[in-house]
Order: sequence, then C-alpha cells, then structure tokens
Amino acid sequence: MNREFDYSVVDGIIDGNGRKISSVISILQDIQEHYRYLPREIFPYLADAVAVSEARIYSVATFYENFSLEPKGLYVVKVCDGTACHVRRSIPILNRLRSDLGLSERKVTTDDLLFTLETVSCLGACGLAPVLTVNDKVYPAVTPDKASQLVKSLREEATHAAA
Amino acid sequence: MLLRNREELRKARSVYAESLEKQRLKILVCAGTGCMAGGSPAIRDRLLALLRERNIACAVTLEKEPHGADVGIKQSGCHGFCEMGPLLRFEPQGWLYIRVTPDDCEEIVEKTVVNGEHIPRLAYRADAGVFERQDDIPFYRKQTRLVLEHCGQIDATSIEEYLAVGGYSAFEKALFEMSGDAIIDEVSRAALRGRGGGGFPTGRKWMQVKRQKATPKYLVCNGDEGDPGAFMDRSIMEGDPHRMLEGMMIAGFAAGASEGYIYVRAEYPTAVQRLRVAIRQACDFGLLGDNILGSGFDFGIRINRGAGAFVCGEGSALTASIEGKRGMPRVKPPRTVEQGLFAKPTVLNNVETFANVPQIILRGSDWYTGIGTKNSPGTKAFALTGNIVNTGLIEVPMGTTLGEVIFDIGGGIRGDAGFKAVQIGGPSGGCLTGEHLTLPLDFDSLKKVGAMVGSGGLVVMDDRTCMVEVARFFMNFTQNESCGKCVPCREGTKRMLAVLEGIVSGNGREGDIELLLELADTVSATALCGLGKAAASPVVSTVKYFREEYEEHIRNKRCPAGTCQKLKRLRIDPALCKGCSLCVKTCPAGAVTGEKKQPHTLNTDLCLRCGACIPVCRFHAVVEE
Repeated sequence: MNREFDYSVVDGIIDGNGRKISSVISILQDIQEHYRYLPREIFPYLADAVAVSEARIYSVATFYENFSLEPKGLYVVKVCDGTACHVRRSIPILNRLRSDLGLSERKVTTDDLLFTLETVSCLGACGLAPVLTVNDKVYPAVTPDKASQLVKSLREEATHAAA
Repeated sequence: MLLRNREELRKARSVYAESLEKQRLKILVCAGTGCMAGGSPAIRDRLLALLRERNIACAVTLEKEPHGADVGIKQSGCHGFCEMGPLLRFEPQGWLYIRVTPDDCEEIVEKTVVNGEHIPRLAYRADAGVFERQDDIPFYRKQTRLVLEHCGQIDATSIEEYLAVGGYSAFEKALFEMSGDAIIDEVSRAALRGRGGGGFPTGRKWMQVKRQKATPKYLVCNGDEGDPGAFMDRSIMEGDPHRMLEGMMIAGFAAGASEGYIYVRAEYPTAVQRLRVAIRQACDFGLLGDNILGSGFDFGIRINRGAGAFVCGEGSALTASIEGKRGMPRVKPPRTVEQGLFAKPTVLNNVETFANVPQIILRGSDWYTGIGTKNSPGTKAFALTGNIVNTGLIEVPMGTTLGEVIFDIGGGIRGDAGFKAVQIGGPSGGCLTGEHLTLPLDFDSLKKVGAMVGSGGLVVMDDRTCMVEVARFFMNFTQNESCGKCVPCREGTKRMLAVLEGIVSGNGREGDIELLLELADTVSATALCGLGKAAASPVVSTVKYFREEYEEHIRNKRCPAGTCQKLKRLRIDPALCKGCSLCVKTCPAGAVTGEKKQPHTLNTDLCLRCGACIPVCRFHAVVEE
C-alpha cells in the first residue's frame, strides 16, 4: 500500500457501495468520477476491501471502456460517431478537434490536462446529430467551426477560473 | 406519502387527478435529451420567472389538497419530434410550439398564458399550412402511441402525475385480483414478444422462471440500449419511468421474484437520474418495499450503471456485469431463466417490453391482440434517424409498412437526394431497400428478408451513401465492441474489417466478396453469443442488395456514391482555372503542373487524393468526381 496516497475518499466510496464483489463496478465508477481516472494505488487497496485478487479488479477496470488508468482532462469531450452522427458527418468534427488540440487517435489528453478527446459509439441523441458532449452536457448539431469555438471558450473559462 | 393499502392508493389517485384537473393551463416543456440539449431547461426557468413576476399562481408539483393552481409547468418526457425541438405543449388546447427560445417566453406568457391566444409564429408549418394542434401534425397523425402515450403528456419526474392519469392501476389489479399464473396467462394470450430484438414470447419466459424451484428469483430490466441510432428505451426511461417500473413490479409478482435490477448505459445520465427519482418516489409511496399495500408482496428495484461495453446488452454478459465481473457472454445452456443473475432463475426483458405490460393487464389481451399483426401484436417504437426530414421517436402498430414510416411519418428524404436504403436493427440487423417499401414491419416479415426489428433503430440513407462504407462502419463498431472471448468473433470481425477497409480504400481484390461471405458464414455459425452470430449481418445484407457497388469498388476502383475519399478522382476544370499555381505549391505529390496564367493539369497517377488543393483554390477549379 502506498503511504502517500490518501485513502479516505476511497474508504467512503467503498462503504457507500458495500464491501462486496458485485459492487466493484460501481465503486470503480465513483472513484473515477472523483479522480477523473483510476489511480494505480487503489487496486491493491480495493482488492483487499472486497476480498478478491488484484488481477480480478484489474480485469474489470480494463474491460470497460469508461474506465481509464491514465489521468483525464478537466473537460472530457466525446464526439459521437454513432450511425446517425456518422452519416451526418461527425468525422470532420473529430479531425478538427484533434488538430485544434494537437491530439491524435493514440494521444487523447492534452499535456495541460485540460482536454480529453474521445469518440463514443452512440449517445442516443440521434435527433440532434451530429452531437458531442462535454462532461455529459450534450451539444447538438455541431459543425467543425462550432466545435473549435466551443473548445476555445472552454479554454477561456478554465483560464478565467484559474485566475 | 406512504400508502398502506388499496383504498389509500385509490384515494391518492383521485386526489391527484382532481389536482391536475384544476390546473387551467398546463405547459409541458419537453425535457427529453434532445430538447434539453436545445435549451429547454432555460425556457422552463424563464417561464417560471415570468409567471412569478406577474403573480400568476403556478405549480410545478401536484398538490395533495387541490387549491386550483392556475398554471402547471411540467418537465415532460420526449415528444419524439426531436427535429423541431425545443418543444412546448399546451393543455387542454393540445397546441404545440416548436423551436422555442427563452426570448419567446415573454410573448408566450403575455399571449398564450394570460390571453389564451395561439401564436402562429411558433407553430409547426408544412405545405398544408399552420398546424395548431400537435395531434394534427402528419408526423403524429399516423402514429399509435401506447407505450409512449405519456411521453410529452405528463411530468416525467412526478409520481403524483402518473397516479393522476391512472398510474399503478394495472399493478393494483395484478396484486389484488390476479394470481401469478393468471397474469402470465394474460401476457401469453396477448402474445407479447420481447422488444429488445429477439422477439421471444414474454409470457413463456415468465412461466419458465416461475416453474424453477431455486430461490431467490431475480428480475432484470435491460436498459443497455447500445445499438447506434437507437433511443427508444432511453426515451421511455426518461419520459415515463413509472410505467416501466410498474411493468417490472407486475412481472416480479407474476414470476415470484422479489428483487429487480435495471441495467442502464452509462451514456444515459438523465435516464439514470429520472429512474433514481422514480424509484425513490415509489418507495416513499409504499409501492416498492416490504408488504406492498398490505398485500404481503415484497419487491425492491436497484439501478446498475453500465461502464461502456456494448456486449453487455447480451443477457449473460449483462448479468455478469451486475455481478461485478467482466461483461462477457457464457455458453448456453443453462439459460438465463434457469441460471441467470447470481446463478438463480432470472426474468430478463428490455425496457419497452416491460412498458407494454401495464396496459395488457389493464385492458386485457383481447384488446392488445387487436393492434398490430397476428403474430406480432401491439406496437413498436422506432428511432428514425439519418438522412430523413423528421428525425425522432415514433410508435406505430406492428405491421405498418416501411414506406408509411419513412414517407408519411418521416416526411421523406432530406434535401433533393433520393431514398436508397434503411439500416434496421443496428449492427446486428440488415438493410432494406426500395423494393421493401411495402414490407410490413413486424418480427416475422423482417426475418424473412434477412433483417430484424432489433431494438428499433431505423437509420435512413440517401443515394449519396456508400453501402460498402456503411458495412465497414458497422464492422468497425462490432470489431471494437467484440469482447474477445470467442475466436470466431474476435478474429473473424477483424478479418472482415480488414477486407472491407481494403475495398473502400481502393485495394479491393477479386474474390473479396466471396471471402467476406465465407467469413460471415463461419462467424455466424460458430460465435458464442447473439452479437457475434449477427456481426456479419450488415455485410451479408449489403452484398445481397448492393453487390454491384462492391464490384465497382473492387474492379473499377470507383465509389458510385462518391463518398469513399480514397477513391475520389480530382480534376482541374480548365474553364475555371486561372493558372495562379497555388495548388502546385500545395500539392505534396507534385501532381499538378502547368504554366503560370495557363490552365493547369492534374496527373491522376501521381495524385494522392488528399484533397489539399481543393480549399486553396479560390476559383473552385478543383473538381471531385
């Protein structure tokens, strides 16, 4: 166990969900919500708490797409590439954002930890296609220009908040 | 308010009905995901502020002792007409305002709320003129909204409103007047079939669980609607959560289960939040918990959020995920009805199936079988998306033809393009073409032509859509989502994707089509779960109906729809080219040559088809063909 790491948050989450195997996914979801990713330190700790092997926790964490072992940005931008968005041209939006943020298919988070750019298979908001979400807020009928503008204003918002 | 017995439930229902009745005007602000993204919460806030400013008594919840609030403001579920959002509906007039903005609110309060006037500017318009009433709009006129009857009609976050319109009457009837067998018998006679895709008889499933000796028994609602282009279940969970809970309670009572689980996609945060509210309300009212309404029946419902795995829509993967494991399917038998969740007998149905149950119990199987077709009674909700005029959520009787859905309700194809195909049933489904416009949409007719109802996503494609690219898109999806447990799906989808990628990028070879079909055959015969078995369906179906498009890509390296980037041919129109030579400087391959001030030429053998020359040309002389 890492002595530097503050486990009090994790303790609260584990107790809130129950110390049992069937709670593992909801525990991981809550941890990810708090830290915006799954810190390595939690694996041995959680394995101990619900009495399963560390490998088992790791297997769950790596199976589901929503879990990330790398820190995510303050703004998680998800471009929908479901069928409806795809036929209404979602890929140009993704490409524009990648070039604006200097990201690629491999590199999904900016170095300043401000933005993470992902695709999602369908947000079920097909009536508004193409859509993207920023931290679960849905933006409808997006164009590459609107997306650039959005990222710009989010960056300003963050700088403003920091100042 | 805890209801302790049947009488108290009935009393509560009549109190809330009266309270609802007394509202002179009801404003239903659409709070479906579509309209919320379009800004409907701001509209609701603005309306509330304006009404308060003018001292107009308005209520956001139903009162226990009706004083007769003047105006009721409600967050309704999805009206379905997402294309026109944000939507506002007025009762009792039945007016619908479309594309409302907060700036319109002042006028709405002044004219509609205070003076009772209609504002034609905000109404839906079509060739035939202005449509005041929502029900008169062609998009709605051809629909039969049973499952979605409350979506857009009542407040989605209020158990009081659900009770006011007769909610939990079916559960009450089941609990106090029917035995488990009688309920199952009614559902069986109604021939309700699973709305999640397979179309398995629901009554038979419940009976199989009821007969199992092992205890406890579980009930699971599959809300992991993962098919791209499908959002029916989302709209039910968000728009009428109590109806689904009521269906689950009836099923739980009938099959002898005391614990229910709802598995919802992580991508549906609003649905999770509305369901949480609904469950809490049902517990507070004593409709969930121990000894419900004094009947001796105990039932509780929990929510599990998915974590982003499409395969969890498959029954055994879904139960594994609830158990806290990797969501991977297992070999069957034993089936879910025998050993499902925690290896106990489990009823597993999808959202729409449960939402059908209350009306069957209340109005009887004879009424239900009068709707739809003989072998597929009832209605089906479809999500209409893609290159169609009226995107949105619709509900029609089973057996409605594809043409009626696309042209009468959907309003036809967007822009000046023609109809090409419809992808139905998502990545496990197939495509339907012009020859199927008279085909009735029901479980058996669709199966016969190699497609399936699936969850109900209808993605309409116009004649500028490349069908090979569509097949590649779905294969890419399935390959990404393959859980990797069985070899046929894991490797087979990879191979099929590689072949399809080759074809769309101009590297197709003779024999590719045959190879695809052979792979498709093997994967569907040997994959472990339904998702793997159906993985090749989009390929098989596009080859069946659009084989010449595949051949054109492979033999002539040409994309007839003109969408495959790598197969595009660029040319410089000499009539437009002024010889400024900007394109010469831009071209990374040195494919453009020509003297200054003379029309340039583009060497297609050297051209990489990157398209870099297109935006730099101020004279639009670079043409794609």
